[in-house]
Amino acid sequence: MAGIAVSTTINGDAVEYLCQPDEPLLDVLRDRLGLTGAKEGCGTGDCGACSIILDDRLVCSCLVLGAEAQGRRIETVEGMAHGETLHPLQQKFLEHAALQCGICTPGFLIAAKDLLAKNPDPSEEEIRFGLAGNLCRCTGYDKIVRAVQDAAHVMKQA
Amino acid sequence: MRYIRPLSIEDAVGQLAGSAGPAAILAGGSDLLVRMKGGFVEPELIVDIKGIPGFSDIRETAEGFSIGAAVPCAVLGENAVLKKAWPGVVEAAKLIGSKQVQGRCTITGNLCNASPAADSVPALVAAGARAVVAGPSGSRTIAVEAVPTGPGKTSLAKGEIIEAILLSKRAARSGDAYLRFIPRTEMDIAVVSAGVNLTLDEAGVIKAARVALGAAAPTVLLVEEAAEALIGRKLDDAALERLAKVCSGACRPIDDKRGTIEFRRKVAGVLAGRAATTAYARAGGK
Repeated sequence: MAGIAVSTTINGDAVEYLCQPDEPLLDVLRDRLGLTGAKEGCGTGDCGACSIILDDRLVCSCLVLGAEAQGRRIETVEGMAHGETLHPLQQKFLEHAALQCGICTPGFLIAAKDLLAKNPDPSEEEIRFGLAGNLCRCTGYDKIVRAVQDAAHVMKQA
Repeated sequence: MRYIRPLSIEDAVGQLAGSAGPAAILAGGSDLLVRMKGGFVEPELIVDIKGIPGFSDIRETAEGFSIGAAVPCAVLGENAVLKKAWPGVVEAAKLIGSKQVQGRCTITGNLCNASPAADSVPALVAAGARAVVAGPSGSRTIAVEAVPTGPGKTSLAKGEIIEAILLSKRAARSGDAYLRFIPRTEMDIAVVSAGVNLTLDEAGVIKAARVALGAAAPTVLLVEEAAEALIGRKLDDAALERLAKVCSGACRPIDDKRGTIEFRRKVAGVLAGRAATTAYARAGGK
């Protein structure tokens, strides 16, 4: 079946794809483009596991149509590390053991990246509110919050 | 199913009006995509309105503010001038969903989704906001409370689109506030809510008031008796007591898993009083 032709930018690279009119961007990323970092937890915008940054706005990719990405700029978890060098948030999530099963982690990393881009020195409360749209069902949130605080500290010194 | 992204309002209206099957308007999609996924709606045509010039802008006009139908709620919160003039409307809009949802959801969508528990709607109703509706037979401006007619239902005809929400220029000594009850602090749907908008005279006596309740009836309620309970008085204990009583009495709520009728009635009165207290302080009342 033919589809809608979309030209967009993902993690700095020009990307083109065909998608169906009702196809969520999450499905395009995962099933058409092989970018499986964003996860489908709920598919209804409640869990944040599919979080991406779309034109500098944190969004759930399950609540965006693939067709809407035409001419826009997408950042996913795949774009966070530089080659073998992890992003400070990724490094601190590892050091603080801020994950267990890992399904929520890409969403938390992207949401935390967005949070720190807008507020480089967040309080614990601001981190907890800022990440309230991301659900974790195994670690609990303390280790995640501490990892983000530590990453913020490192990033400020960089 | 077709997806289109018209670049003019005339084209959008024409496509919607001419669609043979069910058509849906897409701005933020935070309701539409969930309903499509759940199989509750199956539009033949999706009209993405974000490409229409002006739809993504907040404009300050001689009359006040015009908030385009595709402006995400996150953008409302970043507009210092709007936040200063209408803090209650902005705080209500900022309560919808998570950061992720804020980046997409719109107050126009919140209004047109027609949920009785929509957070921004009581604040908009209290603010006396109006909706600019474009349609096949031209444009009209209506009070926002005329849009929802029941849960999930609106008064908009086929082919009609809300292009913007209008808020008036702020009169001196005015303030508004919105509060909701939820069992947690974030990411939940209002069990009951209240929006209050007040204008005071130089002595701190309330000369204009609008009080709206959410999740207390099939549509958001504008409680005119509540305004009458406040006008001509300072916000003293007697006025607050009367306000709470009138608001509790005006509720026509349902029993559901989020709250009972009795609880909603009681809390509607409490929240109206607290929102009035904040609005009064914001208006400079002491």
